[in-house]
Amino acid sequence: MVGIGKTPFGSFPDRDLRSLAVEAGAKCLADAHLKPDRVEAFYLGNFAGPSFVGQNHLAPYVAGGLGIEGVACTRFEAACASSGSAFFHAVASVAAGLYDLVLVCGVEKMTSQPTPVVSEILAAAGDTGGEVRVGATFPALFAMIARRHMHQYGTTREQLAAVAVKNHSNGAKNPLAHMRKVIAMEQALAGKPVAEPLTVYDCSLISDGAAAVLIAPLERASEFTDKPAKVLAIAQTSDVVALDHKADITTFRAVRRAGEMAYKMAGLSPSEIEFAELHDCFTIAEIMATEDLGWVRKGEGGPYALEGRTCLHGERPVNASGGLKAKGHPVGATGVGQICDVVMQIRGEAGELQVARHEVGLAENLGGSGATAVVAILGAV
Amino acid sequence: MRGVVYTETVVHAAPPQFVSDAPYQLAIVELEGGERRTVRILGDRVHIGDAVEFAEDRQGIVFFRKA
Repeated sequence: MVGIGKTPFGSFPDRDLRSLAVEAGAKCLADAHLKPDRVEAFYLGNFAGPSFVGQNHLAPYVAGGLGIEGVACTRFEAACASSGSAFFHAVASVAAGLYDLVLVCGVEKMTSQPTPVVSEILAAAGDTGGEVRVGATFPALFAMIARRHMHQYGTTREQLAAVAVKNHSNGAKNPLAHMRKVIAMEQALAGKPVAEPLTVYDCSLISDGAAAVLIAPLERASEFTDKPAKVLAIAQTSDVVALDHKADITTFRAVRRAGEMAYKMAGLSPSEIEFAELHDCFTIAEIMATEDLGWVRKGEGGPYALEGRTCLHGERPVNASGGLKAKGHPVGATGVGQICDVVMQIRGEAGELQVARHEVGLAENLGGSGATAVVAILGAV
Repeated sequence: MRGVVYTETVVHAAPPQFVSDAPYQLAIVELEGGERRTVRILGDRVHIGDAVEFAEDRQGIVFFRKA
């Protein structure tokens, strides 16, 4: 990764999808000192532009705004893992020798629709003939996951809330975060219910935003930056879409498998990961990711969060950026946004949010209720 | 059709077509044959492990209730 660029995440009534994507892409190209006409392929992660803003054929639409013309421009859709998937395919195509310079962008413009409509558009990433038809929303699906996790492992409301408190505390220090507000444990516990046992404080935000990263072969990295970060491993996996078709909903099999593949590719054990950006679309998802990625045993993710071991200055900081919870979750931008956050840490440019050990970081991007997972392990060169 | 509640939630923030139903309970029910299905719950609130049975089908939306 030789360049990164992000817009702030938030609610921006005056900005359209393309202007957000173009801002992130242009910042990324400037970061790598690269002119747009040298980009060899443009990969765009976007979940639901056609539903949110009524625009299709998005990749060339955005690329045109960036001054990228004539090259392959492709949109990737994998629910909330859309830009993680775009990143996976970009890395694969550079590694295969097909291209040298691929710009990957992720974007979502969500706030132009009222919340119930946003909820309906997001729900289409579930099984619309089954769970969604009877009234499941994404908060409802993750609420049922949380309920089962609580039943099987004794996970508590307080442990869920600890994730929200931590991520808000981090997000308050992130100048690009959607919600820069510290919350107290009592407040998180007393939140308005969305789908029991989850409250508004367990749910990530409906946001607008974009992020971009430029990929180049490692041997050419010095042409563009003196602070490259290396992809040590990347894996994308899948699972069934319908939650009621999963044998065990307290684990994301796709995350576990992607993690195992990534650790093997990087030649690292889980304990060697120093920090991570995990897909906390709901607080329970962060707890499960710390289990599925092998840092604690199944069922111990709740205590792991509550004991503060994943705090900014804990043994393995998780979501120093504020995560989807506080930084915001423009779904199609989230995967590449996480990559940018990990790269900032590796470069030592995370300011107040800089973690102590920042040589090896992991990003986990989840689609739907676990039907797509992308795990990347990134390191200093 | 009978089964046991595998997991459940009460939905407060509903999608547009179900706003007038909220709050409503959803459950994943494990049916006698072992298959799981997401259903709506009618009547009394149910919890994990409760026995439930088919109540009605409203235009493809299947409701179960406490057995």
